[in-house]
Formats: sequence, structure tokens, C-alpha cells
Amino acid sequence: MEKSIFDTVPLEQFIILSLILFCIGMVGVLRRRNMIVVFMSIELMLNAVNLLAVAFSAHRGDPSGQVFVFFVMVVAAAEVALGLAILVMIYRNVKSVDVNALKQLKW
Amino acid sequence: MENLIWLIPVLPLLGFFVLGLGAKQLPKGVAGMIGCASVLASFVLSLGLMGAVFSNGALEQNLYTWLSSGTWSVDFGFLVDPLSLIMMLVISGVGSLIHIYSTGYMHDDERHNYFFAYLNLFVFFMLILVMSNNYLLLFAGWEGVGLCSYLLIGFWFKVDEYNEAAKKAFVMNRIGDLGFLLGLFGMLYLVGSLNYKDVLDPAVWARISTFDITTLTLLFIVGAAGKSAQIPLYTWLPDAMAGPTPVSALIHAATMVTAGVYLTIRSHVLFDLSPISMQVLTVVGLATSIFAATIGLKQNDIKKVLAYSTVSQLGLMFFALGLGAYVAAFFHLVTHAFFKALLFLGAGSVIHGLDGEQDIRKMGALRKVLPITFIVFLVGTLAIAGIPPFAGFVSKDQILLAAYEKSPLLFAAGVIASLLTVFYMFRMFFLVFFGQSRVEHDTLHHAHESPISMTAPLGVLAVLSMIGGFLNWPALMGGGDWLQHTLAGVLGMEEGNEHHHAISASTEWVLMGIVVALVVAVIAFAYSIYVGKNTVPVEDEAEQGFGRVLSHKYFVDELYQALFVKPTQLLSEWFGRVVDPKILDGIINGVGQSVTNAGALLKNIQQGAVGLYLFVFALGIILLLALQILF
Repeated sequence: MEKSIFDTVPLEQFIILSLILFCIGMVGVLRRRNMIVVFMSIELMLNAVNLLAVAFSAHRGDPSGQVFVFFVMVVAAAEVALGLAILVMIYRNVKSVDVNALKQLKW
Repeated sequence: MENLIWLIPVLPLLGFFVLGLGAKQLPKGVAGMIGCASVLASFVLSLGLMGAVFSNGALEQNLYTWLSSGTWSVDFGFLVDPLSLIMMLVISGVGSLIHIYSTGYMHDDERHNYFFAYLNLFVFFMLILVMSNNYLLLFAGWEGVGLCSYLLIGFWFKVDEYNEAAKKAFVMNRIGDLGFLLGLFGMLYLVGSLNYKDVLDPAVWARISTFDITTLTLLFIVGAAGKSAQIPLYTWLPDAMAGPTPVSALIHAATMVTAGVYLTIRSHVLFDLSPISMQVLTVVGLATSIFAATIGLKQNDIKKVLAYSTVSQLGLMFFALGLGAYVAAFFHLVTHAFFKALLFLGAGSVIHGLDGEQDIRKMGALRKVLPITFIVFLVGTLAIAGIPPFAGFVSKDQILLAAYEKSPLLFAAGVIASLLTVFYMFRMFFLVFFGQSRVEHDTLHHAHESPISMTAPLGVLAVLSMIGGFLNWPALMGGGDWLQHTLAGVLGMEEGNEHHHAISASTEWVLMGIVVALVVAVIAFAYSIYVGKNTVPVEDEAEQGFGRVLSHKYFVDELYQALFVKPTQLLSEWFGRVVDPKILDGIINGVGQSVTNAGALLKNIQQGAVGLYLFVFALGIILLLALQILF
């Protein structure tokens, strides 16, 4: 029988790791006020999901999960490019990267 | 020639468009010429049809299918049979004379060109009304003449009172039109067609119950009563005298108001089958005739007297229709068109000569100032009074004879109505042309006979009023009953069989003699009062007793005001004060207000705090997941 990565690292550990990463990311998104940090936290959450998808994909021997991860990475890259551009524009306007900097922008 | 039928109504329509669109550019002379020429051309074309129609019967021309729906369709088509041809000749003939007269009468009016445009439009619609070969097109003309009547009554719209009169005429006519329209719906429902050739066939109605036919004809009577000013819808006609006098002559005496009579004769197949409707016609006609005649006794406005006289004469026509004497009614329609147009135009000439004075108490001894008007007015008055051989004598006599055939009582009532007519007509005639002059000094100084453009049509109408009776001169007096024979085909009477009098020739002579003797006596009576004793009617306020009731027209206007107008106004006022601002506005504003309130409440969620949004977002996802797991 072919040797599998799950012989050395069981699937549970992958799940726990991505859960931890996801929670860290979520706490970062909810707690931090610096938009750049929020951004990074979102990336962390995305990658936690990626890791989980890859792990399940390998476990089930179904490559479509890994293909999806590629798509997620591509979209994330585009999103970062766009998000950072918006961020720069916000900073130029209000001289701040606080998430509540644009609080006046309502109604 | 027969292919040019469509040109007859189209020419006045063309005149209307040219005059209406070019009213500001055209000089008055040209406008008057166009107005007269278009109607005159229609008259000449109608004359050209006489040979073909009177010898061969009806001509029909369908231009195109106007509308078709399901199982029925209506053509835009014309039917020219002796009945409609005589109507066409009267409309375009008398119409031309009145157009020519108007060039003189309206010469100084600033809206002279519009006046002719409206008149032409009226002639167009009136011709459509009589020429149509189906009820729907007739109805289109029916409504069109109503519109023109409104426009022309309110022609001098700067006077509020005239606008009121125009509105009143329009609303009263609408009531009648509604009845007529319902009748048409009923006919479509019962027979499934509105074309004369399908509908006016007794065989079609054989399978339909008398009740349905009676309902239908009663609805038609409502329509006819509205248009022809019969009780209870007559009150608009006297007020319609607000319009210029040629309008009163053309629309409110000679043509439009006779549309109801035409409709009834056209639909005689239906009326023959419904004895109840015939009785209603008789009663309404007789009542209107006497009622209006008594009001006429106390009127002091020269045009109002003529207006009530018109209502009364129309009543007489309806009376004849109810008796089944269609020919007599139609004959009276034609002669009435001649002499009443003559009287109105004569009155217009008096008004014109006296610079707008209409009160007969401020006239008198005008026969020297207005000699031509005096002569033609005398002819008209003799004609309406029924002095042989003037037109009115023959036609009225035939109606009275028809009444005598039914019952001497009806005959007596008809005689009373016509004697009342004789009295108030001669009262007016003597007050205007005889006695002492009561004209104000300044007015008398300027008083003048009318120009030739006005007196010439008066002359022609006077001749027609004299010889009009020979259209249907009775065989008894050596005549040929021409109209009777001509209309026999239209009325479905068999040739040679239509004239079976239940009364002998000697009785006829006696009745005729009695009537004429009474008429002469009444004229002498009026002469003794208004010329012999020089009586002048007192001021309206000074009237006592029954005279006061008459001078207030039986308070019918006040009654209608109290019964219909006031409640309607109160209801509208209530709607305006309560329903509209409180209920309707309340609902609409309430919807808007509640949306605004809900928005004000919900906008508090939208704080702009991104952190909070994210928190709620995460919470929401957790909640969804929890729900997923739990259930």
C-alpha cells in the first residue's frame, strides 16, 4: 500500500490547525481596528479554509478540492490588489487606516 | 351624382377646418364666403339627388367598415331615402340662409370667423345624423350637434351667465344621451346589429317580447326628450337663447331640436310595436305643448317667447308621433323649420336694429322703423298661428285631425295648445310692431333696418313659410298629399292604402273651420288688449297670482335646483371636504408616512461602524450554522 501523509499526520490535526488559524483570523477581523491588520486576518481565514480543502481533497483522493484552492488563491490575489488600492485611497483622504475612519459615510 | 353623397357632409367639415385653422388669417369677408359656400354646395348636391331618390327610393353608400367586433359590424355609410333627403334639404337649405344672414348679423363680432367654423361643424354633424345608415353613426352626429350647440350657446363666453346656459344645455342633453345610448346597447343585445337594414324590419322584432321593445323605445324617448326639449328635460332650451340669434334659429329651432322627432320616425318600426311608448309620446308631447305655451304667455324677452314657442311646437310634433301620425309630425317639423327660423331671424333683425334690445316692453310701433322685418315677421306669425294658406295651418291641421281620429278630447287639448300659441305670438307681435313706441330715445335714434344680407334670407324664408304647406296640401282641398306619398315607402305604408280617414270630409271641413275661427277670435282678442287698450306687460316683480307663477316658468328651474342641483352640489362639497382630504388623502399620505417611519426606525442599524457590521456578520453565520446543526 502506498504511503500516505495521513500515516504520520492524522486528518484531525489538519482540521484542528485550520480551525485555530480560522479563529485567529476571525478574532483579528473583529478585534483589530487597523485596516491592514484586518486585511491580513482575512487572508489568514482564507488560507485556513484552503488548508482544510487541500487536506480533505488528499484524504478523499479527489483532486477537485485542490483545483478549487487554486481558484480561491487567484481570487484572493485579485481581491488584495483591489482592497489595498481602496485602502490607499482611503488613507489619502482621511489620513488614517482605522476601520471606523469612514464612519460618517452613512444614510 | 350618386357617388358624390359623401361630399354632402364633407364639404361643411372642410369648411370647418379651413375656417377653424385659418381663423386668425382670413379676412371676415372671405371667411363668411367659405362658410356660406360650403353649406350651399351641400344644398345643391342634395337638390341633385332629388330626382333619383324621389323616383327610385333609397340610395345607399358605404364608405368603409367603421368598426367590427365579434358578430356585428358597423359601416361608415350613408342612407339617402326620402326621409333623410328632406331633412338634408331643410338642414342645408335653411342652414345656407342662416349662414348668409349671419354674415350680416355677426359682421362686427371679433370672433366672426370662429362663429362660421362652429356653424359649419354643426351642419356637418347634423348631416351625419340624418344621413347615417346605422344607429351608431347617428349617435356620433347626435353627440356632435350637442357639442356644437354647447360651443355656440357659450359663444360669447365672456358673460358668465351664457356659460352657465351652455353648461346647462350640455348636461341636460347628456341625461337624454345616456338614455339613448342605453337604448342602443339594448338594441345590440336584443338584435345584434345597429344597421337600419337589419334593425328596421318588423320580422326581426317578432321574436322579441313587447316588454323589451317598450323598454327600448322608452329609452329612445328619453334621448329624444333631451335633444328635442320635452318634459322633463326641456329647461335647457329657453336658456340656450344666450347664443347669438342665428344659432337659435338654426340649432334651437329648425334643425338640432328636431333630431328627436327624426329619430322617432326613423325608428317607427319599434314604436309601432309598443302601444305604451306611443301613449308616453302622446302624453309627454301634449303636456310639453300646453305647459310651454302657458309659460310663453308671460315672457317678455323676444327670444324667450320664441324659445317657449319652439318647445311647445316640438311638443305638438311628439303629440303627433304618439298618435302614429308620422307624416303630420314630419310635415310640421319641416314647416316649423321654415317659419320658426323666419321668426328667430326676424327677432334677430329687430335686436340688431335696436342695438341689442331684447325686451318687448321696450319696443313698440316698430313697423315704421323696420318695414321689411315687420312684413316677414307678420308672415311668420300668421304661419305659426295657422291662418290658411300659410305653412303652419296645413301641418298643424293634420296633427289636430289625427288627434280627432283618436278622441275629440285630444283634439280639444291640441286646439288649446295651438290657441295659446296664437295668443302669445300675437301678443309679442303687437307689442313689438304696434302701439306706442317705448324704445329708449337714444336707441330709437340709431334704429335702422337690417342690411340686404339679412333681409334677403328673411324674404326667402317668408316665401317658404307661405308656400311650405303645399308640400303636403291635403287631397280634401285639391292637393296631392305629396309628402304622404313620398314618405309612404319609408314608413312602410302601402301605396294608396295609407289614407283611410275615419272621419268624413264634411267633419274635416267643420273642424278646420272651427279651428280657424277660434284662431281669428284669439288674434282679435290679442289685438284688443295690446293695440286697442295699449296694455304693456308689467314688471316681473309686479306679477300677481298665477301670472307670477307663469312668469317664473312654474318655478321648474327652482325645483330642479332644489331637487337635483343642490343635493349634487352638497354631495360634491361633502366629498370635497371629507372624503377627498380626509379619507383618500389619509390613505395615500398614511402609506407614505408609515414607510418614512419604518425607515427612520431601521436607519439606526446603519451606524457606519465596520467593526459592528463584521461582528453581526460573524454572529449571523454562527447562528445559521447552529441552526443547521441543531435541526
